[in-house]
Amino acid sequence: MNASAERQAALDEELLDLGPGLDARAAHGYASGHGRGGPASKRVVVGYGFWIFLLSDIIIFATLFATYAVLAGATAGGPRSQDLFHPGSVAAETALLLASSFMCGMATLAVERRNQSWTQVALLLTGLLGAGFLALEIREFASLIGRGYGPSRSAFLSAFFTLVGCHGLHVTAGLLWLGTMMAQFLAKGFRQNIRHRYLCFSLFWHTLDIIWVAIFNLVYLVGTTPYV
Amino acid sequence: MSEPSRTVDGGTHPPEGPLFGEQRSLSASVLTYVYGLALAILLTVASFWAAHTELIYGPSVPMAIAVFAVAQMGIHLVFFLHITTAPDNTNNVLALAFGLLIAGLVVFGSLWIMQHLNTNLMPVPPQALP
Repeated sequence: MNASAERQAALDEELLDLGPGLDARAAHGYASGHGRGGPASKRVVVGYGFWIFLLSDIIIFATLFATYAVLAGATAGGPRSQDLFHPGSVAAETALLLASSFMCGMATLAVERRNQSWTQVALLLTGLLGAGFLALEIREFASLIGRGYGPSRSAFLSAFFTLVGCHGLHVTAGLLWLGTMMAQFLAKGFRQNIRHRYLCFSLFWHTLDIIWVAIFNLVYLVGTTPYV
Repeated sequence: MSEPSRTVDGGTHPPEGPLFGEQRSLSASVLTYVYGLALAILLTVASFWAAHTELIYGPSVPMAIAVFAVAQMGIHLVFFLHITTAPDNTNNVLALAFGLLIAGLVVFGSLWIMQHLNTNLMPVPPQALP
């Protein structure tokens, strides 16, 4: 036994002493963080990689938020945000997306327990609530464009449609992804790689709700106060 | 949870249980999401309330809404995305910190620079307006 193997054995023994929660991980080569216990499990690596993608997506949205904040006053004689937005519809959209995020969490618990029927039901509800959100948003966009306040009316409206529309496109993509996840669980069961895809989807869906929190607070609530 | 299963890449990992964090009972897990949902609803209602109240000094209303928004985003991160202080999560937290740094630089940097440009630009003569 060479020196590094001895050191590894000593570390393993140390981990085994830490308690019942850690010994199983050490014995199976699980990472306990801090570089001990071997490489991280695939679940942790997949989640980390997708989290980095989501953070880059958040930075894209940060640029759109900055654009909107800079251009919010550039109305070119057209309507201001105070004239256009009403809290009622936004509250409904917010409630739908929050409920959808919660149902996605319930689906996660069903996936962890490999319960096919609950997984399908929870994912279906997640999708229906998300579709309801999207329908309200499309209705709002159609109403704005119908009144002549489309993205070409002013820099403010260009920034508004870019920011909120980009979020809407993400939700649309998320709904497509959700549909394929339901099909994959049905056709292939709870295989490890399918579960990892679902892990990424759930991270994506919850992140969209975080971005919506920023949108409804900045665009719809701060935008309709008389103080900006 | 006894026999390690052989994965595609040939490594041995214990059969995976939870997708996030450690194995817990169903009721405890559901309760975590319910707590998250309740806090999120509370902060959403607080935001809508702050937007239409006379109770807060007017010019500070946008800042109050921003505080509620940041708090709600934190709640979502912890209760829904499970970004926690667990050892498995260290990398995620560091990546989040870096992402927030960049997002903050982009947003506040843009606002700062554009504000200065606006104040330093010459006023536009009326005949130049459309």
